[in-house]
Amino acid sequence: MQSGTFHTNYASDMALRPYWPQRIRIVLVIVLVLAFPWFADRYWLNLANTIGIAAIAAIGLNILVGYTGQISIGHGGFLAVGAFSAGLLAARLNMPMWITVPVASLFTAGVGAIFGLPSARLKGLYLAIATLAAQEIIIWVLNHGKLLGIGESLALSRETTNIFGIPMIGNTDFSFYWVIMGSLVLTVIFVSNLFRTRAGRAFVAIRDQDIAAQVIGVDLFTYKLLAFATSSFFAGLAGALTAHYRGIISWERFTIDTSILYLAMIIIGGLGSVSGAIYGAIFMTLLPAILSNLARALSGTVPQINSYLPFMQQGAFGLAIILFLIFEPEGIVKMWRNVKDYFRLWPFSY
Amino acid sequence: MEKLIQLTLSGVANGAIFGLVALGFVLIYKSSDVINFAQGEFLLIGAYLTYMTVQQIGLWWPLGVVVAVLLAAAVGVLIEQLILRPLIGEPAISVIMVTIGLSSLLRAIVGAIWGVTPRAAPQFLPRETVTILGASVGVDKLWAIALALILFALLTLFFRRSSEGIAMRAVADDQQAALSMGISVKRVWAVAWAIAAVTAAVGGILLMSIFGGVSGQIARVGLLVFPVVILGGLDSIPGAILGGLIIGLLQSYAGGYLPPELGMGEVMPFIILLLILLIRPYGLFGQTIIERV
Repeated sequence: MQSGTFHTNYASDMALRPYWPQRIRIVLVIVLVLAFPWFADRYWLNLANTIGIAAIAAIGLNILVGYTGQISIGHGGFLAVGAFSAGLLAARLNMPMWITVPVASLFTAGVGAIFGLPSARLKGLYLAIATLAAQEIIIWVLNHGKLLGIGESLALSRETTNIFGIPMIGNTDFSFYWVIMGSLVLTVIFVSNLFRTRAGRAFVAIRDQDIAAQVIGVDLFTYKLLAFATSSFFAGLAGALTAHYRGIISWERFTIDTSILYLAMIIIGGLGSVSGAIYGAIFMTLLPAILSNLARALSGTVPQINSYLPFMQQGAFGLAIILFLIFEPEGIVKMWRNVKDYFRLWPFSY
Repeated sequence: MEKLIQLTLSGVANGAIFGLVALGFVLIYKSSDVINFAQGEFLLIGAYLTYMTVQQIGLWWPLGVVVAVLLAAAVGVLIEQLILRPLIGEPAISVIMVTIGLSSLLRAIVGAIWGVTPRAAPQFLPRETVTILGASVGVDKLWAIALALILFALLTLFFRRSSEGIAMRAVADDQQAALSMGISVKRVWAVAWAIAAVTAAVGGILLMSIFGGVSGQIARVGLLVFPVVILGGLDSIPGAILGGLIIGLLQSYAGGYLPPELGMGEVMPFIILLLILLIRPYGLFGQTIIERV
């Protein structure tokens, strides 16, 4: 049984995963991620891709809400900006995916910084309501976007989904799996390291006590804007990937319900934790899928269950948020830590 | 001129309803610092409960409305006891999220019971039109304005004269001091949620009879509460009423005079919201929070 953590050199002190159980687990996860698409059918590949995209956006939102403490109820709007800017570049200018996705992400970062401007004067609940307004205004622009040339929806040609000119042919779910998981891995590495840099530590300082942060020399406005921009960058990335993956986008995919879904992911997964955002994305994507499979299995015995399915999914969503907040406010991350602690300290669990 | 009067009256009618809903919202915020995202669902509950008592059970309509409002109040108290009480002392984001989860749950329950297809509402406000200054106006809108005004007057009396109302103002002013004077803060919270549920339910019933039908769309009004309360000030009851009227009028004018394909009526309140937050974040009557280290 281990009695404490004793680092003897800087390399081990700085390591992201200093302990051997963590290393074994990460190897297992990598093997699973690499092996998964060779065995999964299209349904499961589609689910995995949805989870991957959701995880990127949730990690991005967690930078803003979990690490910087600025509540945003407008993330669906930022996803929409990413999706539509990538979609317009691809559909109107025929730009390939490997150009549109980064450009759209950077553009969304800019838009996010603009909507972060109110954070100069507003805090907490007032800021949350300001981001709600941002959401409604972005969706209104897209909904009435005759100037942008968007009708009811925007279709992307499959020819634009190529990486450095190599077209993605055949099973698109399978090829997109690698693109999405690659983006997710890069996101995870970037964000895990972000909080070991000056900017990342400034974010955390603002969350913990903004006035104290200002006193020790953190420029609140600059870093809040930076947090909005970084967070929106990943929202834009997720949005742009959604646009190319689905091939057709409409504003209805990005309403306030989407913003709430992502907030729910990071709350249920665990605020201020990269792995928490991923757990939350998995949980929130699988919950409706499991319910619909359950309904299909039960539809033989209880025929009217299918008509209640949407309400069951919506109710389960609400109930999951409420139950987590009442019984485990720190989310799945805390539950997982409790499980690990139980085995680590066994048989002396206190 | 005719159009102006029509737009003004329908704006005032909608605004009075927004004011009612916002009033309940402000009441909860003042007494317990909770931002209630489920306010729109209270409208939905009020409207559907009335539909149930009047149309499905067949009660005489004033009795049906009273029963529905009382049931809505009970739901409000129940939610406060079961869901908000355990979250005392948790950070703002948790409280916001729990009310968001609640709104989703309530919408699912309403949907599972009554379905999503819009239903014709029971008719109890007269539907004929009268001519005022040359403009024909629906009587139901005038009724809505009158009923909202009566409710505002009753609530003002309640806050000024009844000991329960004075206790609520004391808690809103200073929770610690109120506790030491022997006021039960828990009771005040329960009353605040009950009143919020009642005002929202009345708003929902009025909207139902103006629309002539009941559907999930009624809950959309819940989002409009935010521009209203930010304009008036998050913690000001007169601000909520005045803010409701201003937003109602602006929405009505924007929808009536600007080209309809723009749909400005929907987004106008949120543009105003963002502007107020940038210029005067504490609204017209809100208390300025001064922070000291």
